[in-house]
Amino acid sequence: MWKSLHIDPVKCTGCLQCEMACSYEHTGVINPAKSRIKIFDFEHEGRKVPYTCTQCTEAWCLNACPVDAIRVDLATGAKIVLDDVCVGCKVCTIACPFGTINYNQETGKVQKCDLCGDNPACATACPTGAITYVDADWTGLDRMRQWAAKANTAVAAE
Amino acid sequence: MGWNRKVLRVNLTAGTCKDEPLNMEWANDYLGSRGLATKYLVEEIDPKVDPLSPDNKMIMSTGPLTGTMASTGGRYTVVTKGPLTGAIACSNSGGFFGAEMKFAGWDMIIFEGRSPKPVYLFVENDKAELRDASHLWGKTCWETEETIKHDHHDPQIRISSIGRAGENQVLFACVVNDLHRAAGRSGVGAVMGSKNLKAVALRGTKGVSGINDFAEFMKVTTEKKKVLADNAVTGQGLPTYGTQVLMNVINEMGALPTRNHRDVAFEDASKISAEAMHEKRETDGKAQLITNAACFGCTIACGRISAIDKTHFTVVNSPKYWGASGGLEYEAAWALGAANGVGDIEALQYANLLCNEDGMDPISFGATVGAVMELYEMRVLTKEQIGVEAPFGSAAALARFTEMTARGEGFGKEIGLGSKRLCEKYGHPELSMSVKGQEFPAYDARGIQGMGLTYATSNRGACHLRSYTVASEVLGIPVKTDPLVTEGKPELVKAFQDATAVFDAAGICVFTSFAWTLADVQPQIDAACEGDWSMEKLNEVGERIWTMERQFNLAAGFTRKDDDLPARLKTEAAKVGPAKGLVSGIDKMIPEYYEVRGWTPEGVPTEETLARLGL
Repeated sequence: MWKSLHIDPVKCTGCLQCEMACSYEHTGVINPAKSRIKIFDFEHEGRKVPYTCTQCTEAWCLNACPVDAIRVDLATGAKIVLDDVCVGCKVCTIACPFGTINYNQETGKVQKCDLCGDNPACATACPTGAITYVDADWTGLDRMRQWAAKANTAVAAE
Repeated sequence: MGWNRKVLRVNLTAGTCKDEPLNMEWANDYLGSRGLATKYLVEEIDPKVDPLSPDNKMIMSTGPLTGTMASTGGRYTVVTKGPLTGAIACSNSGGFFGAEMKFAGWDMIIFEGRSPKPVYLFVENDKAELRDASHLWGKTCWETEETIKHDHHDPQIRISSIGRAGENQVLFACVVNDLHRAAGRSGVGAVMGSKNLKAVALRGTKGVSGINDFAEFMKVTTEKKKVLADNAVTGQGLPTYGTQVLMNVINEMGALPTRNHRDVAFEDASKISAEAMHEKRETDGKAQLITNAACFGCTIACGRISAIDKTHFTVVNSPKYWGASGGLEYEAAWALGAANGVGDIEALQYANLLCNEDGMDPISFGATVGAVMELYEMRVLTKEQIGVEAPFGSAAALARFTEMTARGEGFGKEIGLGSKRLCEKYGHPELSMSVKGQEFPAYDARGIQGMGLTYATSNRGACHLRSYTVASEVLGIPVKTDPLVTEGKPELVKAFQDATAVFDAAGICVFTSFAWTLADVQPQIDAACEGDWSMEKLNEVGERIWTMERQFNLAAGFTRKDDDLPARLKTEAAKVGPAKGLVSGIDKMIPEYYEVRGWTPEGVPTEETLARLGL
């Protein structure tokens, strides 16, 4: 069974614990600038949105890579970058429609979310449940449940 | 480690930026941020210096936990000699600026001299340079942030700046970062303005690698975050209601200073409370509050993000104020509201927006307006002099005064001097509700006796954040004490003052202390920093910081008589509530406090005390 990162922006407070956890997990340094998950702050609307790779099944990045440096981790379904194969050509960053695979100047390679080998540090660090790691078939069910609850209320009111 | 061990020294007169190693001996004695920056300041300036002269210095500093995964580890401090008080000024802010300084590889930035023309400092990791800010001068903090990000094509730059209040040297101007966080008190923004320094813009991509024991640090910070999450105040009250959770509580205690401290309860408190921010408005069906928000690394998230009522008279013709923005927090809601009897929550949010936009401390500003309104009701000030009719309760006057003060117009220039100077000028110094020239925050010293001692002895003038005994006297944290008595308060205040100095020096938020004691912070510091950071040592560091600040103030000319409260709080009893009939017992507490501190009856630390602290 594969799992997915599930993001609920309404719960995000913008504390950046996820960015710190991600960068520490992958680089050993607390450094949001190198995080593979990013919080975007739409300050004039009062909205904060965590954003990272959703691990597409037919991954554009994987298909675009000319040296086959992006592979599927069969244990988790994550698309992972093989650093010793990646040549830093950045074609994947052009191919990805979501911008969630990024070049890192210091390593000369691209980096993306790898689900931390089935234990995503961002989800563990999130204090509000805005980022959770759930059964891949269950993403969206919480929102379905919310709407279902409304439907139920409407019926009850009649 | 914990520190980057690197200081940026900016000489504004010469236009130079140089790096130098952090004095690790001092770091070992003063930890960081408030403590370490103050040590640098007291070593480098004459305590009698004119705060707005080039000879004063201004230091922006992080602590060892700033920029780390310790909850709330995003704080930085601005330390200088304050123009409002003439005392040590030390203002602390959250947001994201402090962490960015750490990520760029620096522990602190020292500003010296005065630039011949407006400049801003731009730091990108190791590279630091002063840039022309003539196009930014005259702009608000919000416009300044937007312009710098646009000019550098980098939305991820973090900025601290002054608005027009700081440029005009409003004596309670703040330094604003990340749009609506501020190093708020004592006029640190006026010092920045006096130096022709408009902004500091940072971009750091190096991160924090120097944690002494990373494995232990991650383990202990995770445990301590759970303590915050499980606590009723930090886990539920603050995230849901923000600091405004206190408005109704303090009002019911008869400890909500109202109409320039003439009253101790406000009949409209519920209209300006946290609960009111959650209520849907009749005009647009929306609540003022949109969501809560966190500063860097904070797992509490007490911050408020709100939107003002577009139809309100203050903004109906100003769409630029219609979007989401910071506020209201308890102190601002009190100072702009109860302190001058205004119960219109939308007017408070408007005044709060302007305070953020142009960088003014809403506490000192609001409290000064309270004094102006009292002088107006006494007919000492007239409409002709001040430009508006200003009885207590006038939302229109509040709004107009805010505009005038932020922009340096008309009578706003006099409000910008603070209540002490203004009340003296008009012949009623007794009406300034201040200590050492700085206005009181939102707790009445008659109804919460420990706060009276807190205010009278605070090293930066009246302030609640130097020893928040409300925690004990109202909320029972860590132990419940009776707010109406003076017994035991000198010991309580000293303990809070010393512990708070350590929280500040570490680079974390004092709000964690609703759930954490120093014993919760100690293992986090110990894991982050090299060397031994025992409880015993931290207690000593806290007391050392406090005493160092005291020594600076004494050398600046303060004496025992400055550790006092206005006569109103000592002679006019509380009219209602549990404290009805009570005045502040400050005269009884001060001698006891000096004794507890190991100071002479004149409030001077004894040789023995200084020797014990290595001062």
